[in-house]
Amino acid sequence: MKDEKIIVTLLGADKVGIVAELTAALAKYGVNIEDIKQTIMQDYFVMFLLGDLKNSTYTFKEIKDALDAVGEKLKMEIWVQKKDIFDKMHSI
Amino acid sequence: MTLFHTESILETINMIKVHHLDIRTVTLALSLRDCCDEDVKKVGEKIYNKILKYAKNLNKYADELEAEYSIPIINRRIAVTPISLIGESCKNYDYVYLAKVLDNAAKEVGVNFVGGFGAMVEKGFTRGDLALVESIPEALRVTDRICSSINVASSKSGINMDAVLKMSEIVKETARVTADADGIGAAKLVCFCNAPQDNPFMAGAFHGIGEPECELNVGVSGPGVVAAAVAALPKDADLGTLANKIKQIAFKITTTGELIGREMAQRLGIPFGVIDLSLAPTPTPGDSVAGIFQAMGLEHAGAHGTTAALAMLNDAVKKGGIMASSHVGGLSGAFIPVSEDAGMIEATKKGFLTFDKLEAMTSVCSVGLDMICISGDTPSDTIAGIIADEMAIGMINKKTTAVRVIPVPNKKVGDMAVYGGLLGEAPIIKVNSLSSTGFVRRGGRVPAPIHSLNN
Repeated sequence: MKDEKIIVTLLGADKVGIVAELTAALAKYGVNIEDIKQTIMQDYFVMFLLGDLKNSTYTFKEIKDALDAVGEKLKMEIWVQKKDIFDKMHSI
Repeated sequence: MTLFHTESILETINMIKVHHLDIRTVTLALSLRDCCDEDVKKVGEKIYNKILKYAKNLNKYADELEAEYSIPIINRRIAVTPISLIGESCKNYDYVYLAKVLDNAAKEVGVNFVGGFGAMVEKGFTRGDLALVESIPEALRVTDRICSSINVASSKSGINMDAVLKMSEIVKETARVTADADGIGAAKLVCFCNAPQDNPFMAGAFHGIGEPECELNVGVSGPGVVAAAVAALPKDADLGTLANKIKQIAFKITTTGELIGREMAQRLGIPFGVIDLSLAPTPTPGDSVAGIFQAMGLEHAGAHGTTAALAMLNDAVKKGGIMASSHVGGLSGAFIPVSEDAGMIEATKKGFLTFDKLEAMTSVCSVGLDMICISGDTPSDTIAGIIADEMAIGMINKKTTAVRVIPVPNKKVGDMAVYGGLLGEAPIIKVNSLSSTGFVRRGGRVPAPIHSLNN
């Protein structure tokens, strides 16, 4: 469980403090950030973040609930998913 | 080094959010062969305890996986050994009691269906088989979550026409005793030719006798994803390109199912069985197999060309999916239930899809005549003719075929039968009014077909 990588995807209207809010929550829950990419698509801000739960003392559910709360606060759509769904789906 | 591809992430999210990609079912398949006893109450007790032991965490783990991957797992189900085999160990048969036990166990562990209230009778009935079949109307009347399937034909054994005739009466009676809900009992009852023993989908799921003690089978879905991918191709893309696109999407859908299936099996501490890579529609707009036909270029399901489009779709889904999983089984292909597919419902309402066209389509789809509502006053001999025709298609073509027709009590052609949820709704459609009686009442078996001279 603890060596699981997660992908966090955040979508919505651009505003001040998005990265700050998200990374603060991740730091609080002990999630190490390994990579971040962000872009603007059709006027929407989209951010992708690769996190590692290895050193976190929290469960996946606790982390997901905390990040969902961040999404709600920012009024943005947030997806928190284990990374292997993408690895499996998009490679042979 | 790039650790992830943003396009892949957005594509996955889009498939789930916009095009209804989901895991249609995680089905715990469980042998009940060690539950036999002379005393039916003891059989019931053993069945109940065994189901609770194995399935108590099924919902919990499915919820966990749903959260971890953000992909809906729509149904959590159980498939068991054909109950005719278990119940006939008793001195006094009481299959309705066993159905109630299964129903109670299903409710206790929170699964929406238990499949396997059935028998394999393609060559004939044992006493237990016959008792089970005769108990079906009452068993489906007094339970909520039981599905029943009877295998009445196979390519190796031919068609048991005595069973076909019997089942035609059982189908009609089951609809009659559940008349207050438009004959919903018959929506949970299916006749098979060449029934797969590891199918996770209802109403035909059961745990065959060649299967292990228990295993976890998964059914994936995603007709909306396929329709969207096909629609995104240029209108003049040739059929090879179209087939390749379907294969690519089927691969992606299947890998997701395989991932969830293996994780689920590991958490339950049981072996992973198979993935059934079927395109199973729902009444939700955009989650329709009929929608794929339109994306392929047909005006609507039912147009000439629909059978060819379905044949290509069914084959491409198998080819794409087979690469994505080590063990593919079940029904695997495209389902064409009428009431469960918004596009099929519309095509039937408008008269584009007739009973005869549906029958033709079943010669190339993955199952058969599925969730088709017919007038409640259809003679049972006509239903026997319908079942016999469909069994013949499966027997000769060495494929699975099935019949799940609902003779809706007190309703006529053009009326609507409404079930709600995944079972949806369907207009009553016309069947041929000529008599089948002289043929279906001859009795005996249609002999097994020759497997050479294929033409």
